[in-house]
Amino acid sequence: MIVTIIDILLFFMLVMTALAIIRRRRLFSVVMLAGVFSLLAALLFVTMDAVDVAFTEAAVGAGISTVLMLGTIAQTARREKEPTRSGILPFFVVAVTGAALVFGTLDMPNFGDPDAPAQLHVGPAYLKNSVEDIDIPNVVTSILASYRGYDTLGETAVVFTAGIGVLLLISSLAGRRRREDEEDS
Amino acid sequence: MQHHLILRVITKLLVSTIILFALYVQFHGDFSPGGGFQAGVIMAAAFIFYGLVFGLENVKLVFPPWLVHRMMALGVLIYAGTGFVSLFLGYDYLDYNAFVPDHPSSGQHYGILAVEFGVGVTVTGVMVAIYYAFAGRPPQVSDEDW
Repeated sequence: MIVTIIDILLFFMLVMTALAIIRRRRLFSVVMLAGVFSLLAALLFVTMDAVDVAFTEAAVGAGISTVLMLGTIAQTARREKEPTRSGILPFFVVAVTGAALVFGTLDMPNFGDPDAPAQLHVGPAYLKNSVEDIDIPNVVTSILASYRGYDTLGETAVVFTAGIGVLLLISSLAGRRRREDEEDS
Repeated sequence: MQHHLILRVITKLLVSTIILFALYVQFHGDFSPGGGFQAGVIMAAAFIFYGLVFGLENVKLVFPPWLVHRMMALGVLIYAGTGFVSLFLGYDYLDYNAFVPDHPSSGQHYGILAVEFGVGVTVTGVMVAIYYAFAGRPPQVSDEDW
């Protein structure tokens, strides 16, 4: 009962934050509200007992991405331009997409449903064997690092690739090399 | 930010706590929520926080860019290298039972510790490197305009 009330309250605040983000033109407050949005999402993950995800959302969404967005604003502009064209077509697209997503959730199993397809594939075997095979209390870690070690290796490689991509695009390394080239020529 | 006395004092108090918490999340991930990804992000957040308050130049003295760039690749190497160690011990790639054949679950503990450490190193490196890349460019907006 209390969880339902908390959920409703958090979702209400989430929607209010999203509406506030849409209405703002000053990008500084938009970025700050986006951080608030991420923090509320992290709280929702906590109420769903997904503490690992909540950790990540709070640190990345509310923390680091806020700082990176501020850095981006410092490079570009502080105010969003007033829209010149009417918003009817974008609104139509968003409404249709949102309706399709809501329609899609109708087929989804209920939250925590033990008969959901995701719970019936390899999940039971992992939960059953984790204590014997790996013997650590946190099954999330045993799945992530051991049963699904290849996937996590791929994820780490993706993070590495993303970092390399950002460095190639905007880092000072590229600029320094270019300057050195100019001095040489 | 020389004039923000309270911010600077609070930052000094908090940064070490955040780093300690990141290490806790990293190495206690077997028992409590968290792991390499979360720990790496929290660790990076500590350095970014320090950089925000004390300036990019000072945080670069603490955590030099050459180290950050090497950490990005080092973490992936630790992870993939763990797999090669188990491969050369005659087991499957990333089969941690190889490390303590007599007691497979202990081997799993060592393997998980190693790969989680690799993940943490890469994530810390990437997050801080991206922050350096963004913050290192000369700003177009003066402090008063915010």
